[in-house]
Amino acid sequence: MSLIKDRNRREKIIKTLLLVPTIGIGLLVIVIAASLYLRSEQILSLYPLTDLLFSSNWRPLAGEFGFLPFIMGTIWVTCLSMLISIPISILTAIYLSEYAHQRIRKSIQPFVDLLAGIPSVVFGLFAVLLIVPLIRDYLGPFFGAATSGFSILAGGLILSIMIFPILISISFEVLQMVPTETREAALALGATRWEAIKHVVLRMAYPGLIAAIVLGFSRAFGETMAVLMVVGNVPIIPQSLFDPGYPIPALIANNYGEMMSIPVYDSALMFAALLLLFVVVFFVVISKVMLLRFRRGRA
Amino acid sequence: MNFRAFEENLFKLFMVVSLILVMGSLLLVFAIVIYKGASALSIEMITQVPQGGYYLGKGGGILNAIIGSLYLAGGAIVLATVVSLPVAWYMNQFTGRSRYVSILRDILDVACGIPSLIYGAFVFLIIIGLSQRTSLFWGIITVALFIAPILIRAMDEVMQTVSHRLKEASYALGATEMETLFHVVTRQALPGIITAIILAFGRGIGDAAAVLFTAGYTDSIPTSLSDPVATLPLAIFFQLSAPFPEVQARAYASSIILLVIVLLLSIISRMISKKTARYVIK
Repeated sequence: MSLIKDRNRREKIIKTLLLVPTIGIGLLVIVIAASLYLRSEQILSLYPLTDLLFSSNWRPLAGEFGFLPFIMGTIWVTCLSMLISIPISILTAIYLSEYAHQRIRKSIQPFVDLLAGIPSVVFGLFAVLLIVPLIRDYLGPFFGAATSGFSILAGGLILSIMIFPILISISFEVLQMVPTETREAALALGATRWEAIKHVVLRMAYPGLIAAIVLGFSRAFGETMAVLMVVGNVPIIPQSLFDPGYPIPALIANNYGEMMSIPVYDSALMFAALLLLFVVVFFVVISKVMLLRFRRGRA
Repeated sequence: MNFRAFEENLFKLFMVVSLILVMGSLLLVFAIVIYKGASALSIEMITQVPQGGYYLGKGGGILNAIIGSLYLAGGAIVLATVVSLPVAWYMNQFTGRSRYVSILRDILDVACGIPSLIYGAFVFLIIIGLSQRTSLFWGIITVALFIAPILIRAMDEVMQTVSHRLKEASYALGATEMETLFHVVTRQALPGIITAIILAFGRGIGDAAAVLFTAGYTDSIPTSLSDPVATLPLAIFFQLSAPFPEVQARAYASSIILLVIVLLLSIISRMISKKTARYVIK
């Protein structure tokens, strides 16, 4: 009798103990957001939000904090990388899911995983060694643009390679979840394989694919080191792909050293971090909603 | 030729080209880094710490960064596992669905999506708030915070795949929920858990942005938790920023070392998960 009682008590104690780290982790995001906000309150009280977001004057020493060049830099680099990466990744995922032989599929999977595990510094190094000279010596002159190679284009290209794995693996999973019968029904009606994909598989998978794209977007948005190494880091609003840019993560990473020595600077950088966090959370939530719609649509 | 067959072939061609681009870019990354770095790679690189004037092209190696990265990622993975495993257990203790758990999963997915840089900035704020200095300890905290959500979700995914029948068999034999969780679910999920831990370790080693603010940088090997610590990715970054070609070549060589470590981890995780998979009841 007492044995059972002890086991029940132990059960309860363990359950309570498990709850402690769970609550801690659950609150992590909120705590991070709150502490970044507290730190950026100073700059938010000094300047109106519209000035911070839409002014392009960035002179921290003179007390001018316009984030527009950094916001535009981030948007340019991210959108460019998505533009390159989305078609390539989704076509690859379709091939792996719909056409490839089991054997090919199994042998390519580890490569995609490996691509995901390569540290971003290595990608950055690769970009410095290959992409930057390529743009400087060939692509730039070809389009008649004088460029050092350290440009939006270089950042976008390396980012697009870096988000291949996440886009491919999520799209692949989503495509695999589309029931086989729907494909067979289309094929039985005389559709070619591509027609079955276009009209049936992609239509069903569409919310899931959007989720993959949005997640890839948020990954690209926050990527720091590789982009920082090749994008040039000049605080101007880029006018062309060959211009240098200065995305928000690079701004934060480059200036943490002196941020305590210039007034309000630390608050400005933490505001930038908060901005980044806000956008990323927003995108992850969108992707969650789209995935939910995909699951419902499938059922 | 009819249009439908043409369309079919056209898109098939696009797909094959895409696949080749993806695989090609991966191979190209390896090829370029190895091609450029192989000549600068020497036994000195991995057995010595930087000597005076290392960043001007004088002798030495990056042992400090290799050891530093291992300390940092090792400490972080221990800490993160100690925190993550209970959370994964908590999320999988119920047999049915729980609203709180699914909300927690969503929160964790958000946490997984937050760039490591933000975690670095967050811990940096803590360091300032407590008027501490950057050190191995804070580096470990940062990396642990940033890999914990990834680790939990990965463990959680594996534990979810354990079949209900197995759990019910365990309950039928009189085991409690927790006993089932520890002895059956964890045992069944073990290969996946180990894989998750090793992959998270790789993430910890490879990430530079998180520890940029929090771990400091030093040319010596840390002897205590309060020492600053160098990491391999940052060593690559700093060597690459040096204006001397010999030092830059060392950055390429360091990248090979980093790639080898990541590659080894991926192979080890495959091997271990295969080995432990023997105990899994299908």
